Amino acid sequence: MARGVLIIDRNRCKGCELCISVCPVKILSLDYENANIKGYQPMKILSPEKCIGCCNCAVICPDQVIEIMKGDTNHG
Amino acid sequence: MTDFLFQKTNGLTDKQTHYCPGCTHGIIHRLVAEVLEDLNVVEETIAIASVGCSVLSYEYFNTDSIQASHGRAPAVATGIKRVFPNQIVFTYQGDGDLASIGLAEIIAAAGRGENITVIFVNNAIYGMTGGQMAPTSLVGQKTSTSPLGRNPLLAGMPLKMCEIMSQIPSVEYVSRVSTHSPLAIRQAKVAIKKAFENQRANRGFSFVEILSSCNIGWGLPPVEALKWIESRMISYYPLGVYKDGKDLE
Repeated sequence: MARGVLIIDRNRCKGCELCISVCPVKILSLDYENANIKGYQPMKILSPEKCIGCCNCAVICPDQVIEIMKGDTNHG
Repeated sequence: MTDFLFQKTNGLTDKQTHYCPGCTHGIIHRLVAEVLEDLNVVEETIAIASVGCSVLSYEYFNTDSIQASHGRAPAVATGIKRVFPNQIVFTYQGDGDLASIGLAEIIAAAGRGENITVIFVNNAIYGMTGGQMAPTSLVGQKTSTSPLGRNPLLAGMPLKMCEIMSQIPSVEYVSRVSTHSPLAIRQAKVAIKKAFENQRANRGFSFVEILSSCNIGWGLPPVEALKWIESRMISYYPLGVYKDGKDLE
């Protein structure tokens, strides 16, 4: 189960890909299908259940796109 | 189950920044804001914005702010801190602002040992005006005013501000940190927190240099720009604490 739950503010994202480059489990990607209100292709999470809650993406995000809530920690 | 592992800080406003995609100014803004929130001083802080890309930072910090003339932020901060000694006063300056036009003001403020915090964002280029060579541009770095790369015979060697500041006796704290990785960013927050704690404890002048990227000015994608900080900038600008404590006779 996911240890972190990402809350993504799509319309703040500028598509810089810094979060994608630092994710240790490689579950982030750009949303190549859709653009946000600014015209950028925003980041999205591919497999939310694999998030380990390390917060690297939120720490490196320059635009405060990502907030992370505690997920289910019982199943490690 | 409703606890946050990472939550937006109330030290920043909700306004979206004008910075280019991948610019680490946004990260440094957030670090400063998080530190102010951690120390519970957001309401009593006065930010001094400089000229450069960070000129609009008064719209992003959830504090009172003043925008100073080019390079004169430490002088403005001196006046405010002396009138309001109980407020937290910090300047947020880029390398064109602090290391070039504002060199006199920063050295003078440090020499007087003013009880302020200086956040110095070093991205080795004049970002806002179109990527001209700055005093901190590296040897061989191509900019719009050094298209063949910085030539030390013409332009000299880049200024190392932390090394300069650490020679000034009245300075309390000098540290250089970086933003090239999540680990470096977490370490940067520790240094920024120390700088603000020094001011709250009336210890004196604190100076934190933060290596930053300017991916548009450098002509690199954002992820490559962070790698460029790690591979090129850190070897010339070594990270670490340069000074902790005044030299008093």
